[in-house]
Amino acid sequence: MTQKFALTVNGTTHTIEADPDMPLLYALRDELGLNNPHFGCGLAQCGACTVHLDGQATRSCATPLSAVGNAKITTLAGLGTPEKPHPLQTAYIEEQVPQCGYCINGWIMTAADLLAHKKNPSEAEIEDALSGIKCRCGTHISILKAVKRAAAMMG
Amino acid sequence: MTKFEKTTALSRRAVLIGGGALVVSIGAPIGADTVFNIGAAHAQGARPPLTPDQLSSYIAVNADGTVNAYFGKMDMGHGLHVAIGQIVAEELDVPFKAVTVFMADTDKTVNQGGASGSTGIQLGGKQMRYAAAEARRVLIEMASSALSVPADQLKVSDGVVTVKNDASKSISYAKLIGGRYFNVELAWNKQFGNDLYAPGKAQPKPASEHKIVGQPIKRADVAPKVFAQEDFVTDVKRPGMVHGRMIRPPVAGAVPVKVDDNSIKDIPGAKVVWDKGFLGVVADKEWDAIKAAEKLKIEWSNANPPFPDQAALYDHIRKAPVRKRVVEKENGSVDEAFKSAAKVIEAEYEWPFQSHASMGPACAVVEIMTDGQVLCWSGSQKTHFVQEGVALTLGIPVEKVTVYWKMGPGSYGRNDADDCAGDAAMLAKAVGKPVRLQYMRDQGTGWDPKGPASIHKVRAGLDASGNVVAYDFLSKAFSRVDVNTNGSKPWDTLTGQTLGVALKSGDGFGVPAESYAFDNKRLAWETIPPLLDRASPLRSSHLRDPVGPQIHFASESFIDEVAAAHGADPIEFRLRHIKEPRDVAVIKAAAQAANWETRPSPRKGQTGNKVSGRGIAYAQRNGTRVAIVAEVDIDRASGKIWARKFTVAHDCGQIINPDGLTKCIEGNIVQGVSRTLWEEVKFDNKSVTSVDWMTYPILDITETPAEVNVVLINHPEIASSGAGEPSIRPVAAAIANAIFDATGVRIRRVPFSPDHVKAALS
Repeated sequence: MTQKFALTVNGTTHTIEADPDMPLLYALRDELGLNNPHFGCGLAQCGACTVHLDGQATRSCATPLSAVGNAKITTLAGLGTPEKPHPLQTAYIEEQVPQCGYCINGWIMTAADLLAHKKNPSEAEIEDALSGIKCRCGTHISILKAVKRAAAMMG
Repeated sequence: MTKFEKTTALSRRAVLIGGGALVVSIGAPIGADTVFNIGAAHAQGARPPLTPDQLSSYIAVNADGTVNAYFGKMDMGHGLHVAIGQIVAEELDVPFKAVTVFMADTDKTVNQGGASGSTGIQLGGKQMRYAAAEARRVLIEMASSALSVPADQLKVSDGVVTVKNDASKSISYAKLIGGRYFNVELAWNKQFGNDLYAPGKAQPKPASEHKIVGQPIKRADVAPKVFAQEDFVTDVKRPGMVHGRMIRPPVAGAVPVKVDDNSIKDIPGAKVVWDKGFLGVVADKEWDAIKAAEKLKIEWSNANPPFPDQAALYDHIRKAPVRKRVVEKENGSVDEAFKSAAKVIEAEYEWPFQSHASMGPACAVVEIMTDGQVLCWSGSQKTHFVQEGVALTLGIPVEKVTVYWKMGPGSYGRNDADDCAGDAAMLAKAVGKPVRLQYMRDQGTGWDPKGPASIHKVRAGLDASGNVVAYDFLSKAFSRVDVNTNGSKPWDTLTGQTLGVALKSGDGFGVPAESYAFDNKRLAWETIPPLLDRASPLRSSHLRDPVGPQIHFASESFIDEVAAAHGADPIEFRLRHIKEPRDVAVIKAAAQAANWETRPSPRKGQTGNKVSGRGIAYAQRNGTRVAIVAEVDIDRASGKIWARKFTVAHDCGQIINPDGLTKCIEGNIVQGVSRTLWEEVKFDNKSVTSVDWMTYPILDITETPAEVNVVLINHPEIASSGAGEPSIRPVAAAIANAIFDATGVRIRRVPFSPDHVKAALS
């Protein structure tokens, strides 16, 4: 049975009708047409689908709609814009991180959660927060540089 | 702005018609007649065909003077399009930002082989360089005619041709040809793919005149990625599109014998598509397609479990019949030399099946138009081959299929992308609607073509003074082309195989690429049959630097073993036998940058559980040379290895973009560490059991090397060779040699996971 859900995404509220068991990822991608959270595993193992729920990095592929409640949802597109970039977005560009770029949501959204709550984290704290997120192209060294650069920018 | 253009709705025709598409016929000599005939050519509707022998197939100048470069390869993440833009801008004498590189769409580019064998710059860039040089030559001749000044009195800057001694006389490329096509024939060698070469009459500039080539120009596609403005193949949407999912058997080789449509009748729009072993579902919504694939009741045929026990894999390879044996290199009298050797050292190395395990499972969108035209959006590395594969699968002429390339979720060779395009085409044909198909994670890891498992037997015969007088290297392995490196033939795709097309397993492997000058030396390989002669989750094909990591793990570990047996320093021993100057140079450069201490391995005087070591390995790859020094820390108690630091000396001839090259090498090293320390496809008798990131672990960020120090050796005078793969090649051996240095224990089987290392050390 489907139910109505009001989802507030990047500041705009949308009403959709969907299976309450459906993971948030499919609502964002297929119902709202947002392309940024990606399907990587559907098992909360890789991070490619990461969004913020009330600021907390959350794997949307394993978060059923019924669990979203009234949480404000932020996606990578809502984190910053070319005009008003989040420091992590600026740092990613400065460090030229990507290879394929499919994993970016996991790293930036998770790091944004960390940096919002922890000023000047140590390298070990950064690695600990990002542990488990996958990048298959092997951009880890640049990712760490970018997160450290963003942390310094946010001082 | 130079970037790779991804507006897939924009056909090539639309791009140029926007500027008023005309055809400019340039035969030699160029004269006023040709220019006056431009209008006539346009009136007749003439347009050069998209064939490799036409300059217009590579280069076009738009009405505003910007340049389109049509490149029949693609960037899989290294930033190749930047380098191609640099090469084209350099030869044409236009600003870098004036060039847009269009990649790999089959209606805009000719088949230059796709992403293949690290040839993006080596072969693809070479062709673009010659095409751009020819375009410049033709434009100068046109300017000569227009300005009534001999061509040798003209110069070009920023796309404007000016008389050398009279700056008041000039004409722009835009004015000369903007918005119109070149009609210039090139001397095509009649080859498609990587080997395609079609030069014009012009010679490219000497490297001494390069101003744009060699610069560390940044990628313009990073910002769209971080602002979520770039679409991947997974993001393509078509009107009326439905979603598909495929279903694979629980026992490899089994086929459905009964499928109960009723089991999914409650799911809106859910339909079953079943033909022999091909079984998929579609539904209007993606989540419904996923549910339908899970809920569908299927009775499978009784298939004999086809696979050996995992623990018996290497014994299986040892005992398997040899299907093909190739001695690629042999000098001297190897067998005789071994007989007279005072001492023989031998060792055997083992490498498991590995998965591409791309960041996301493959995705493709296929739409069959009412006029029979088929549109396919794919993340494949080989769009032109997918075009042929989709056409053959659907039984239609290849001209009716257009494949648009979109960045996929990672690609390191023949992954699951080509299969996905074929499967999506079959689903679209069956349901008469555009279909977006994405595999699930377990299929992406479990059912992609695998890097082949192998064993490597190496022997060295030494004389009484310890000199190597005989050397014999033999790999025995599953083939690198059990399924081919592209999906152009139905027998090479899961689509074709599940539909009953018989597998045509090919034979291929390789030998070490090095320059050790041993008097009696033989390098050979043998391939064995696949474990299952039809749709198999352990079919083998190309995974980054196909078979390079496994071969050089063995060959460069073994050289270290021989050095250790001599009590020789590993670098000093290598240099005793290597005379090729560029090989010597990379090894010396790596040693110097790593502050290599000359001494034999293993290191002396380390006590306790935490020990450290250093190791060297080197390799060639199609002209490129790489030497790597790895520095590792090992916890003997847990078996955990931290590959802490790498020093990489890299010589690929002329460097087009040093920053892009450095990033490319970093990715190779990190992925190489992952494959060395962690990666092994697990399977049971029935199927592959590595189906996600828990069962196929890769490197975690907590294990990332603290430093990858890249030393680039630039040879502007030597044509560029590849960089996409060479530096992953020696990683495993460098780590293995460092472990030996730290512990005195030689590990001869990958991966060096904590369990394996702990067992080896105990």
